[in-house]
Amino acid sequence: METLASLLHTSPATAWMAVKVLMAFGLIMGIAPPLTWAERRGSAMIQDRIGPNRAALFGKIRILGLVQALADGVKFFFKEDLVPPHANKRLFWLAPLLAFVPAMLGFAVIPMGRSFLSGGTEYHLSLLDPGNGMGMLFPMAVGAMAVYGILVAAWSSNNKWAILGGMRASAQMVSYEVGLSLAVIAIFMVTGGYDPHEIVKAQQGTFLGVLPNWYVFRQPFGFLVFFVCMFAEANRLPFDFAEGESEIVAGFHIEYGSMKFALIGLAEYGHILGASALITTMYLGGWGIPFVADHGQIPVIVTFLVFLTKVIALCLVFIWVRWTLPRFRYDQLMNLGWKKLLPISMANLLYFAYRMRG
Amino acid sequence: MQGYAPILLLVLVAIAMPVIVWTLSRLVRPNVPNANKYMVYECGITPTTDAREKFSVRYYLIAVMFLVFDVETVFLYPWAVQFKELALFGLVEMGIFLFLLLFGYGYIWSKGALTWE
Repeated sequence: METLASLLHTSPATAWMAVKVLMAFGLIMGIAPPLTWAERRGSAMIQDRIGPNRAALFGKIRILGLVQALADGVKFFFKEDLVPPHANKRLFWLAPLLAFVPAMLGFAVIPMGRSFLSGGTEYHLSLLDPGNGMGMLFPMAVGAMAVYGILVAAWSSNNKWAILGGMRASAQMVSYEVGLSLAVIAIFMVTGGYDPHEIVKAQQGTFLGVLPNWYVFRQPFGFLVFFVCMFAEANRLPFDFAEGESEIVAGFHIEYGSMKFALIGLAEYGHILGASALITTMYLGGWGIPFVADHGQIPVIVTFLVFLTKVIALCLVFIWVRWTLPRFRYDQLMNLGWKKLLPISMANLLYFAYRMRG
Repeated sequence: MQGYAPILLLVLVAIAMPVIVWTLSRLVRPNVPNANKYMVYECGITPTTDAREKFSVRYYLIAVMFLVFDVETVFLYPWAVQFKELALFGLVEMGIFLFLLLFGYGYIWSKGALTWE
């Protein structure tokens, strides 16, 4: 850390801040394009097709078609960018930004590895230090902001499909937000705070002798609700009513093309990554290695890789679910949100409150 | 407020990136619009009405119900983190509050406000 700081002519604290910000941003920007490739290859595998495998660098380097993600990115640069005259111009430009920025904040407060000492100072692998009052409230708040991007895109496009998609997305978002919050409150109650560092620490060790001490095993119903709500938050199948290509063509981003569409697409994958990071931290022990109670001797890089493995595994689950389940009908979605998830998460919360009454 | 500096920096980076790629793509992309490209992407026939029409009252109903329950969860957040200190008192207090809310929840359910059709 000191060497890096002296190289940049700044204090270690500033250097570390820059490293963390670049990590939080770079992780999403680095994983999202391969994730689009994984999605297409995964869907091809599930549907017994081949998928993208032709794109090649200099006609040679293919890496199983991974270059396709790069080719797509380059293509977006060279596409004509139309702003339709029937659209609301300023909002039309603003919407991709509103979608993109919250998606990029997905990793903001998530601890990505063990805290460590260097030169007498403690460094934390998350943007907010422990003891900061905000904690996990931040990703919840930012996650709820995502709907603005969709709604503004839909409204400004002035297109019937787009507005239908936007209305659906917002109704869906508000239907799932309540169950989500109630599920999360049970975690905060058991942990006794919003701090993600504390939540990860509370999940170390073993549970009932044979399971890792993760909240997924201690609060299975809370996890179920949270997991389902995360699919709704990320607008993924089986809840992708904002897009629903077979019903409303492409939904809220129907009028978008070129780089603006690329940003919306990146935001979508950013949300998947953010949702995976949230699930990992809240229910799957964060950077903690299963069954290990004391991480003091384990290298920081190992904890980071453990965290990354869990996040990517969850992303693959997102893809797997998308190509396995059919899309819900809209009234089914509303029923599920209000009549099933809400009572389940409420009962879950009251059960843990009763057990902890002291 | 000093602890929030990294978050602010991340927001700035996240805003800067789209601005940079938009500027870059502006330099290399073609721009040859015509009337057909500018048409509304709906079904091929020129639309006769504006897209911003009236919407089903269901959407507003859902929004109002969400508001009630969301305010409830806002009350629950501070209660949950202080639960260890409040113990039984907290459970009883919140039990009364939640009972009133669940009563209302049962009422809107029985009225059919949660049924989407």
